[in-house]
Amino acid sequence: MLHTDIRRAIHGAREFMNSIQIQTPGLLTTVQDLGREGFGPMGVSASGAADPISLRLGNRLVGNLANTAGLEMTLLGGAFVFPEGAIVALAGSDFGARLDDAKVDVGTSIEVHPGQTLRLGPTRSGARCYLCVQGGIAVPPFLRSASTHILCGLGGFEGRPLKTGDALLIGSASGPFRKRTIAPHISEHLFPRKVLRVTSGPQLEWFSESSRHSFYSGTYRISEQCDRMGLRLEGAPISQPHHRAMITEGVSLGAVQVPPGGSPIILFVEQQTTGGYPKIANVISADLHRLGQLRPRDEIRFELVTWEAAQSLLVEQEKRLASEESILE
Amino acid sequence: MGLGKALEAVRIHLSALTVPSSGRVKKASEIGSRAHNPLPMIQGVQFKPASDQSLLVYFGRKVTRDAHQRVRKLLHLLESKPIVGVRNLHPAYCSLLVVFDPLRLRHGDLENILSDYLRRLARLRLPAARKVEIPTCYGGEFGPDLEEVARLHGMTPAQVVELHSSVTYVVYFLGFVPGFAYLGVVPEALATPRLANPRRSTPPGSVGIADNQTGVYPFSTPGGWRLIGRTPTAMFRPNQKDMSFLSIGDRVCFTPISAAQFTALENS
Repeated sequence: MLHTDIRRAIHGAREFMNSIQIQTPGLLTTVQDLGREGFGPMGVSASGAADPISLRLGNRLVGNLANTAGLEMTLLGGAFVFPEGAIVALAGSDFGARLDDAKVDVGTSIEVHPGQTLRLGPTRSGARCYLCVQGGIAVPPFLRSASTHILCGLGGFEGRPLKTGDALLIGSASGPFRKRTIAPHISEHLFPRKVLRVTSGPQLEWFSESSRHSFYSGTYRISEQCDRMGLRLEGAPISQPHHRAMITEGVSLGAVQVPPGGSPIILFVEQQTTGGYPKIANVISADLHRLGQLRPRDEIRFELVTWEAAQSLLVEQEKRLASEESILE
Repeated sequence: MGLGKALEAVRIHLSALTVPSSGRVKKASEIGSRAHNPLPMIQGVQFKPASDQSLLVYFGRKVTRDAHQRVRKLLHLLESKPIVGVRNLHPAYCSLLVVFDPLRLRHGDLENILSDYLRRLARLRLPAARKVEIPTCYGGEFGPDLEEVARLHGMTPAQVVELHSSVTYVVYFLGFVPGFAYLGVVPEALATPRLANPRRSTPPGSVGIADNQTGVYPFSTPGGWRLIGRTPTAMFRPNQKDMSFLSIGDRVCFTPISAAQFTALENS
């Protein structure tokens, strides 16, 4: 279906749909689902939630499918009014949320009554908090996804971060309120680590022994220049490989590329699809969601693991997430 | 982050590439060694894991028409007969990055399947390349770097326009941002390095040169390519069936138009 048809359908159903009124948007709040994969040949990167595991868990708390669109807040949350009420949950980092005057826990489903306001503040832990609503945020899909691609102004709500006065529609959903909580052992497991595990990058052997050594022994600080496209790192510079001409090639999510200045950049969800810097390492799939919780000035280190270890860590993580005990009712 | 810087890195010289390519890529023996036995090489093709969920397929390490044709063929085959578990494809000059679901596939499995695909490339016929025109208003406010490019090459701006619009370019691939086509090859006499200080923002439709590549910025992004003109044609059209105006393999010509024609086309 063309997305103009969906837009028309949403428009037609507007009067029957519940909504969220944006009183204040927070620092950077966008509509995100798990992203749009398969459009690399057009230069379109996957985008999607920066911490997809938190979005998935938040959706489970309110009884949604994993890929349902929610709101991604960054460092400072917003204030949201629910004129018709809703069943919602927060997942990810603690932004000191309150429903009217009552404190709201992260990782627990709550019932919002008509006219109540959910208010979030600055983060008390990691970079991102997700607001999931039963029924999901209804926006016209762009290339099969609700994710916002900020740089190009595509997808999500009008292709941009939310502003005061925006009204978002909530998808139709039914079902009684059920109190669900993310199990403590899952939350502990998700807590941001100081060490990011990586596999070797496709140009690893281009880097000298001493460059590799400084990369793996050094501590890096997340620079202020970090966004959904990439995280720039500050720390011991890595010398560029000499006598090597890099030809632009496809780049993967979590690639650690080293530009001429020597300060590594980790490519993130809204990444460019191709690039011309050599890559020394790549963050493993099981740690990609942690990138979404890193704040400017956080310090990290890198630890090299084997391909087998990277794969078994992901399998273990997915098993843990899929288990019945991950969500308590 | 510095998009311009990222573009800046695309420092290649299509005519004189000097990338060592000595058979199969060496294993990183000290760490992260491969989890499987390497397959015999297929006609100069090399596999290299890029991450635990992606594999690079290299068709040599030089930008050639032959490598480009093989990238196109493999892309075409993978799009018409998708491999279960493959999630995305990122084509480039002489490589294709295949992104897969690591819970369903491993590098070795994928290499085995891809080897079958690669063996079919020689016999594969690609659909005829499309011919596409990009009406372009050169110079003035639309091409702020035209005079500088002319000066660097000891030409008049009119000669630069004539030379740039006399060539039929090939879309090697789309990358960087949605709808951005890497076009080659710019004549040697016109090849110009990027700006030392990339612009914070380039107007959409800007036509630029970087070394011996040329291209059109689809969105207002930072960029270091030298801007010589602008087209009223939208490079990325989210409301149309073919969102990207250009596709890999297209043959592209730039047609000079006047400022009045630009305005007329923009309003039509």
